[in-house]
Amino acid sequence: MNWLGWLTTFFTAPARQSGPDAIAHRIAEHLVFCGEALLWAVVLAVPLGVLIGYTGRGAFVVTALTGAARALPTLGLVTLAVLLAGVGDTAVLVPLVALAAPPLLVAAAEGVRGTDPVVRDAALGIGLTHRQVLARVCLPAAAPVLLAGLRTATVQTIATATVAAYVGLGGLGRYVVDGLATKDYPATVGGALLVVLLAVAAQLLFAPLIRRASPPQARLTRRTRTRRTKEPR
Amino acid sequence: MTARFVRTLTAAALALGAAACSSSSGDPLAADGGSAKPADGKTVVVGSANFPENVLLASIYSRALKAKGVKVEEKFNIGSREVLYGQLKSGSLTVLPEYNGALLAYLDPKTTAAGTEAVDAELQRRLPAELGVLDPASAEDKDSLTVSKETADRLKLTSVADLAGKAGELVIGGPPEFKSRREQQFKDVYGLTFKEWKPTADTTANALKDGTVQVGNVFTTDPRIVQLGLVTLADPKNLFSVQNVVPLVNKAGVDATATAALNAVSAKLDTAGLTALMKRVAVDKEDPSAVAADWLKANGLG
Amino acid sequence: MDGEPLVRWHWIGDHLGYLRDLALDHAVISLVPVLIALLAAVPLGLLCARLPRLYQPLAAVFNVVYALPAIAVFVVLIPYTGLATRATVMVPLTCYALAVLLPATVDGLRAVPEDVRQAATALGYGPWHRLAAVELPASVPYLVAGVRVAAVSSISLAAVGALVGRGGLGYLFVDGFQRTFPTPIVAGIALVVLLALATDLLLVLARRLLAPWASGGAR
Repeated sequence: MNWLGWLTTFFTAPARQSGPDAIAHRIAEHLVFCGEALLWAVVLAVPLGVLIGYTGRGAFVVTALTGAARALPTLGLVTLAVLLAGVGDTAVLVPLVALAAPPLLVAAAEGVRGTDPVVRDAALGIGLTHRQVLARVCLPAAAPVLLAGLRTATVQTIATATVAAYVGLGGLGRYVVDGLATKDYPATVGGALLVVLLAVAAQLLFAPLIRRASPPQARLTRRTRTRRTKEPR
Repeated sequence: MTARFVRTLTAAALALGAAACSSSSGDPLAADGGSAKPADGKTVVVGSANFPENVLLASIYSRALKAKGVKVEEKFNIGSREVLYGQLKSGSLTVLPEYNGALLAYLDPKTTAAGTEAVDAELQRRLPAELGVLDPASAEDKDSLTVSKETADRLKLTSVADLAGKAGELVIGGPPEFKSRREQQFKDVYGLTFKEWKPTADTTANALKDGTVQVGNVFTTDPRIVQLGLVTLADPKNLFSVQNVVPLVNKAGVDATATAALNAVSAKLDTAGLTALMKRVAVDKEDPSAVAADWLKANGLG
Repeated sequence: MDGEPLVRWHWIGDHLGYLRDLALDHAVISLVPVLIALLAAVPLGLLCARLPRLYQPLAAVFNVVYALPAIAVFVVLIPYTGLATRATVMVPLTCYALAVLLPATVDGLRAVPEDVRQAATALGYGPWHRLAAVELPASVPYLVAGVRVAAVSSISLAAVGALVGRGGLGYLFVDGFQRTFPTPIVAGIALVVLLALATDLLLVLARRLLAPWASGGAR
């Protein structure tokens, strides 16, 4: 087993330089899938989470819903979506949105709920409407938690989008699945490496964003406060 | 309907309860777990590739062997030829339903052998000492290039040769391994270069119907060809060669009884019969193992 | 799909035994790894709680492990663990579970307040006694929270093993896809979710038993 040899083979093959199987093309496909899925997940989950967090109602629904959604097997959703809707964007988007939405929903709800109630009451006291309190007080305070949730969702989505290749879609999963079908280990290993690099890059990208969103006094206690709990992929 | 539904739910709940409790206590499926030891001549491990017809054929082999008192372990639906071949060579699998032309093309991509006998003779020469093929069945399941009725009419296609000059605008679909197996051959034999290769996997026939791809690699026994009104293009230059169903075996793992049982299956299996069985599996959604059992009984083998 | 219904109920009725066998296999290949990871995470976590210098790089490594696509890991393992064997699926699932459980253990052990620890020492507890009587019980809610996440994730991920011939309920997805037959897929999704919820419920009950003071608390 010569891993370095495999990787050299993978990265230097002419098919990986241009055309549909080129690395740049596959990365672009992967990012488009994931970006679309995350966008949908944000649009669907964040407003709902903010509402639940602000009103304090439906917390039980969040727990139950996210618990069940986390258990949804991506492979099952992808195959079902393809049978129902044909090979295409819907097939990959549905399961990826289902995967990305729960951590966002939880993050939005907890972030908003975590706003200091004294501050919130004070804001209402000086005559701000609920909408203004949400926009000027709660959302900025929730931003770090929300961004951490988005980071979790992004990493999961990037890693899981590989499964879409099984039903014939593009992205980096193509290398992994085609590598399995043709016993081309260099392709499988190379594809996996690219997925990990993409996931790590996404994590690094979020680090400064989360830091900037944290209020100054929180930054001092960062070490103890931002240790994140892992979510399933 | 309601009673059955309730019963279904209850049983599912019970199954889950049992499943949840059993995780730490013992090994409820020990019989089919662990690695196989075919070398002891006792258990024959029947494998199959990852498409329904191969699962059906493996079920037929497995049941035919069991009927003759051979101990069988089943490992179905596990991967492509590229993956399975090595497993058979190493002895992890003992028997695999194969297709003689495709297997030869895998062992020797430049082969020119044509006709069942020539292909079989060449196969025996090419296979390593530890592997062998038993008697071929008359049943054939060829790869094909297939198009929708609309595409056939629009481009006036009846044969693969008619694609000349048109392939550049057409998207072709098939299993993920189809491209690396065939791209060069299409260039060499028919002078065809397709616009794009899409790995449509098991949905190729459906993708032809809905237009995602215009040309597809559909197996000739696929009942969806009739069901969806697809047109299979003739292959005048025999690029796809003969494809008789044949048991590929690891010689150390099969004794005379097992060999006789498998050859008896090949003697009775023909293309019409296989296509009819495939309709039951793929269209009527019957279990491959049940369909296999019926066929064996009808042919006096089960 | 041409008239194929989403669910053929009679198929489910006719295949109860088959579905039960797949669910059992699924439970084994997905939950035994979590158990193994738990057994490894506790001593490893103890070590890491004492040696932050060890924990930092280890946490980084598991962060990367967590981003590895499961199919790729299964494929690369085949030469070592065999095709369509349980080990091929269980080894990576153990690593994924460990990636969740190690931070959970370390967080749990670190969550014991310093004054509580000192009080135990003042009462004459030795380091081992203190560990068994104070620190481990105090970290139970964190551990159970970690095991819940790891178990649900493992159950959902094990299905991907079907692409290398061993995925428990995942076989239903592959089979249904190959035969354009949604019934087994729907049944498989439902059973995976039910299995995950049942496991989660058992874990919540386990926490009530092991750490009654923390019920309703830590997530």
